[in-house]
This record gives sequence, structure tokens and C-alpha cells, in this order.
Amino acid sequence: MRNAISALMGRTVRACRAVAAGLALLALGAGAALAQGSAEPMIGAPHDWAVGLQASGGPVKDAISSFNTLVFWIIVVITVFVALLLVWVIAKFRASAHPKPSRTSHNTMLEIAWTVVPVLILVVIAIPSFRLIYYQDRAVNADLTVNVQGRQWYWHYAYPDNGDFTYDSYPIQTEELAQGQIRNLSVDNPLVIPVGATVRVLTTGQDVIHSFFVPSLGIQKYTIPGRTLETWMRAERPGVFYGQCNQICGTNHWFMPIEVRAVPREEFDRWAAEAKTRFAQGLPPGAPRMAAQDAPAATTLAEARR
Amino acid sequence: MDTAAHAHHDHNHDHKPGFVRRWLFSTNHKDIGTLYIGFALIAGILGVGLSLLMRIELATPGMQIFASGQMWNAFVSAHGLVMVFFVIMPALIGGFGNWFVPMMIGAPDMAFPRMNNISFWLLVPAFMMMGSALFVGEGPGGGWTLYPPLTDNTYHPSMSMDLGLFAVHLAGASSILGAANFITTIFNMRAPGMTLHKMPLFVWSMLVTAFLLLLSVPVLAGAITMLITDRNFGTAFFDPAGGGDPVLFQHLFWFFGHPEVYIMILPAFGIVSHVVSTFSKKPIFGYLGMAYAMVAIGFVGFIVWAHHMFTSGISVDTRAYFMAATMVIAVPTGIKIFSWIATMWGGSLKFETPMLFAIGFIFLFTVGGVTGVVLANAGITQILHNTYYVVAHFHYVLSLGAVFGIYAGIYYWIGKMSGRQYPEKLGQIHFWMTFIGVNLTFFPMHFLGNQGMPRRYPDYPDAFAGWNLVASIGSYISVASFVFFFYVLWVTFTKGAKAADNPWGEGATTLEWQVSSPPPFHTFDELPRVR
Repeated sequence: MRNAISALMGRTVRACRAVAAGLALLALGAGAALAQGSAEPMIGAPHDWAVGLQASGGPVKDAISSFNTLVFWIIVVITVFVALLLVWVIAKFRASAHPKPSRTSHNTMLEIAWTVVPVLILVVIAIPSFRLIYYQDRAVNADLTVNVQGRQWYWHYAYPDNGDFTYDSYPIQTEELAQGQIRNLSVDNPLVIPVGATVRVLTTGQDVIHSFFVPSLGIQKYTIPGRTLETWMRAERPGVFYGQCNQICGTNHWFMPIEVRAVPREEFDRWAAEAKTRFAQGLPPGAPRMAAQDAPAATTLAEARR
Repeated sequence: MDTAAHAHHDHNHDHKPGFVRRWLFSTNHKDIGTLYIGFALIAGILGVGLSLLMRIELATPGMQIFASGQMWNAFVSAHGLVMVFFVIMPALIGGFGNWFVPMMIGAPDMAFPRMNNISFWLLVPAFMMMGSALFVGEGPGGGWTLYPPLTDNTYHPSMSMDLGLFAVHLAGASSILGAANFITTIFNMRAPGMTLHKMPLFVWSMLVTAFLLLLSVPVLAGAITMLITDRNFGTAFFDPAGGGDPVLFQHLFWFFGHPEVYIMILPAFGIVSHVVSTFSKKPIFGYLGMAYAMVAIGFVGFIVWAHHMFTSGISVDTRAYFMAATMVIAVPTGIKIFSWIATMWGGSLKFETPMLFAIGFIFLFTVGGVTGVVLANAGITQILHNTYYVVAHFHYVLSLGAVFGIYAGIYYWIGKMSGRQYPEKLGQIHFWMTFIGVNLTFFPMHFLGNQGMPRRYPDYPDAFAGWNLVASIGSYISVASFVFFFYVLWVTFTKGAKAADNPWGEGATTLEWQVSSPPPFHTFDELPRVR
């Protein structure tokens, strides 16, 4: 079924893509996305006064961005159209300009038109939209798998097919920020992935529901106790991609950021080999950082040593 | 519509009972409506106050005035629950619904006056429990969506969460009773000649709303009952360790929660239809389309709930279905927007305060509607879910939609309800303050959401500081306009001019304009006949 839908929609999608790509040049915030060269390491993070989506770090986000641009321009046109109609009606039919009201209360053609035209617009949106969700759903031929588990209030990562090691990722306290680290976004041990690799992400929950959310990679999935959910991501450029927990999870919901670091394959292999021994010995992350005064110290310590 | 019976020539039947019997044991639909509106205004002070504190906190990065994230979460949750259950619903349904549904269909009162009384008086203890929950233990910091396991006794051990849950239970019971009352009244007590297809659109909106309440609130009641037994009696409906499933709660909650958003907006649709028609001096355009668009919205509203759960792990085919169904809602909503504009088209427009709020409603609801189309797409929602884009979207349809509907209704009917007309100039100042304030508050939130700012955050990365400051300044203007609104009310009640039976002229055709302002204690001596 999935393939049939994809095939059916492929052609329309390509046409829409072309339109969307053209419009993307005009779209607010698109400049930032295009300015990102593929060689320079990019920083996937929010920017001061930015209004559009974050810059793209990979193909899932590219697909979201181009589709979003299409929908954005459709809704801008609709909103401007309604606004102009209102302005026109207000100017033309105000009591001083138009003292004698008409009694028109039906116009079948008009009513059919404003039912059918929105349907057509929705079809234009729906076709690429279906294509997008099937693309986002699961990794085809994943290069590696990472397990992501949200915990109160840090992230727990596992690499089952790269040495089967696990570690915890804690946010950096403001007063301990090093040069180049970002307040409320930087962590002690980022999630490291190889550039260009298709990463299968499996999320599981342990305590309450959290949400693994990295906007610049176009990925978000809840981590739900009792469930294992699957999604995927790929970073086409080396760089650092920040995200934050995105489902209310208790007092430090706002302080469990995500940092994904995309590095060349050789560097990743070196890191994985080293990480396997380091994290097995429980060296870094070392002493857990208290996220806030009311965090339960005993649990956090125990978790950090796992 | 004309009536054979003009009630205002005869005030002999206008004998009001004493204070206690009139206001505590009230069985009169107009008095209960007044109680509901007064209650909503008082609850509004709390709801707005909570949001003001939240915006003060968010004005600059870092923790400013909140002691902890938990306190913040409790405030966020209380703001949502108070606004939904104790401000919007009581004002629109209990307030205007009680006041004007019987009057518009020519009924002497609601079908079950005593049940009407208990509907209101269940809300008062519910509200007190909701408010007191903030002062007990760690506070009910689970979000208004109440997702377990966060709301389980492991993560919210104190009684505050139970207080919150029971408050929602009572408010829900109040809504179910009210809904049964409205349905019975509308189906059985219409005046002779008032067929369903002659019913004013506000009554249609209340009929659809009542059905939505009747079918959705019991599901919420079931869900929170299970949550209460999970918390207090060791069951495990939502606990995976005992074979339960947290996602089950999400399905149940949103099976209620999605119809709930239409419950909040449909009565506002009804009010806006009346106001637009009145101030255009034209009958509503496409009456039947308008009525059945609301029916369609109500029906489709029940089969789209999982679009709130696109990142909860529902399968991709399920996402595809819910996405398609959700987009369908844009069609009847579009019919309504265009029909309102067509009603104005060719009219003779007067821009008094109710009309300003109605036109503001049409435009801002369009903005909130089209961002809803964006969010309907599961592919985009993958990175907009739970961000400020969602916060912007639902405040555009509720804070700027439902609340503008309430304001339009108050200015439209205050002369009828109180006998005194509001001061036009002050009303217009109030409109512009509100319009500027809320747009400045909520429009920048689209940008924050696009950039990935999650909701329910008391502190945020510094890059979000700019737009957050703008939003906070906007919220200060909005709060000032809310305070100003109370001043307008005070001027109305103390110095307002005596309102005519029909201050709006030939455009106001529904039955409430045929009786005196304020209407006699018993509205109709004999049933009006509708031709």
C-alpha cells in the first residue's frame, strides 16, 4: 500500500516540489538554509529574531522545509485574500457609502464555488503531505541504530550495533558553560552520529513521557514507557544539531536539551571505540550535574552510573 | 421574524423573588445566565492573572519569578483548565446559551430549570477545587492534557492532582447536565412556527455544541476516573508495569479534547452570525449552509482526535487517515468565513463595538484556521508539535476567536441583559486595545514555534529572547485591555444610557429584540407565534 501511494503521488509531488523550490527562495528564513554550505560544519540551533523554520541538517528536514514552503504560501494567499475581501466590504458597503442594504441571501453557484475550491486546495496540499509522512516514517536500509530514552531529566543513549555501550547526556549548568557552548542547549555527552549515515532511532520510555525533538534534523518522537517507537534521521552535513525535550515531563522539562553531533565516519568509529571503554568504566560523564535543587539526588546518581 | 405577542407592554408578571431565592436557588434561565457570565468574569481574572505571571516570567531568559519548573507547570496547567472549563464554556454556553436560547425560540424557560441551577452550582465548587489545587503539595503540573504517567501518584504524589481531577469531573458533570437541558429545550420547546430550519443560528450552534458535550464529556469522565483509580486504588489502566498503556489515555483524552475545541468555538460562530447580520442590516447569507456547516464541523470533530498524537507512535497509515480527516474540517469552516463576508457584501455596515469584534473574529479566526491546516499535516507537525506554533494556533482560534466571540456577545446583548447600553467610545477603545494586545502577544509565537521553542518552558535558550519580549509586551497590553473592560462594564452599569428594546434597528430580527430591555422576569406571557 505504501509503495502504491508513493508511486501514485510521485509525479504530482515532483511538480509541487518545483513550485515549492522556486517559492523557497522567497520564503522567510530560507536564506539561512541555502547559505549553509555542505563543507562547513553547521550549527542547528535557533537564531535571534528568526521567523522561519531552522536551517536544515539533513534530508528529512529538507523534505519538511520544502513542503512547509508550499503550504506557507498557500495559507498566505488565503489569508491575504480574506483580508482584502474584508477591507473591500468594509470600504464599499459601510453605511455612509451604501445606505440601502440588499436582501440577497443565496447564490448557489457562489456557495458551490467556495466549497469546491477549498477542496481542490486541500488536495494540492494532501498529495505531497502523504508522500512526506511515508518518507519520514521509517529508515530504509539503516546504517546504524541508536536507542533514545528520555528520563527525568536527562537523555540516555545506547548504540546496540556499535559496541552496545550506553551513556547519559546531561545539560551543562549555566555557570559551567565553556566557550562556544549554548545556555540551555549544550550537553556534556552529545549523541554522536556519522555524517551521511541513515540512523534508525528507537525511542523507549522509563519514567514519564518525554519527546526527542531535534528541529534541524526534522525528527521528533515521544519516548513512552511501555512502548518502543521508531523513526529516523540523517545529517548530510557535519555539525551540531540542538533540540530540547518537547513533552511536559516534570519540574526540569525545560532543562533536558539534546545535542546531536554529526562527524565523519572515521571520527565516529574512533569515538565509538573509545566510548565503549570509557563509558563501560563509568568515567565520563563523571559526577552527574544537578539540574535543579529539587532533583532527586539519589536517583540521578544511580542512573548516571548505569 | 415577527411575533404576535409583544411582551413589553405588560410588566405585571415581572415579580422577582428575594435575593437568596433569586440568586442561590435560581431557576430562571436569565438569572442563571447572569450567574454564569459573572462567574466566567471572575474565573477570567484568575486565568488572565496566571497568564500575566507566565508572560512576566518569559519576558527575559532565565528564571525570574517562578520558584521551580514544577510551580511553572502547575500555573500553565491551571491557566489552560481554568480558561477552558471556567471561562470560555461558562460564558458562551452557560451564559449566553441560558440567556438567549429560550428567548430566541420563544420558550418560557429552559426545559429543566432546577437541573439548570445545579449545572451552575456544580461549577462553583469545581472552580474552588481547581484554585485550591495550586496551593496544595507540588501543584497539578501535568499540563491541561493530564497525560499519565506524569499525573500518576508516583510523579504527582500529593492531593493537588486529585483536586484538579475532581474539579474537571464536577465541571464535566455540570456540562453534561447543561447539554441535556439545551437539547431537550431546543427540540421540545420551540414556539409554534419555529421550525428547525427557522431557528436562529445561535440556537443551532448551541444545539450542535450540546450534542458534542453530551457525547464527548462522558469519555473524559471515564478517562479521568481511570486516572483517579490508578492514582488512589492501585489500578493500572495507564501503567505499563501493570499491563496498562499511557497512550490509551491520550486517545480517550483527545476523543473528548478535540470536540471540546469546537464546543468552545461553535457558540462564538453563532454569536458572530447574529452580529454580522444585525450590523449589515441583511439576513445571514446561506443560512442552511451555515447551519449544516456547524453540524458537519461537529460530526467531523469526532473523528480527527489523533491529530493531537502524531508523535505518539501511531502508525503511518493511521496518521494518513487522521491527517486527511482533519483537513476536511477546513471546508465547512471556509463556508462559514465566506458566508459571513457574503452577508456583509451588499449590506449597509455599521461599525459599532460588537461588529468590530465580529470582524476581528472573522479575520483572526482565518489566521488561526490556516495555521491549523499547516498543523494538520503530520509531516510538518513532526517538528511543530508541542512548539509555540501550536500555542499560537490555538490561541488564535480560542483567545482571539472564542474570546472575541464572548466580547461581541457582551457588547451586542449587554443592553438587553442589563437594560443599560455600554458607552460606544469606550467599547471601541477596548476593542482596539484588545486587538493590538492579543496580536502582539500571539503572532510572534508562530516565529518561536517555527524556530523550535517547546511549550511549557519557564526558561529558554537566549535566541528566543527577542520574540518572547515582544509577546510579553503584547500580553501587558492585553491585560490592560481586560482591566479596561471592567471599567467599561462599571461605566455601563452606573452611567449607561437606558437601552431601547431594540437598540440596533431593523437588522436585529431575532425574538430577544421583541421584548423589553431588560426582559421581564418571565419573558413571554403567551407563546409568540413565528411566521
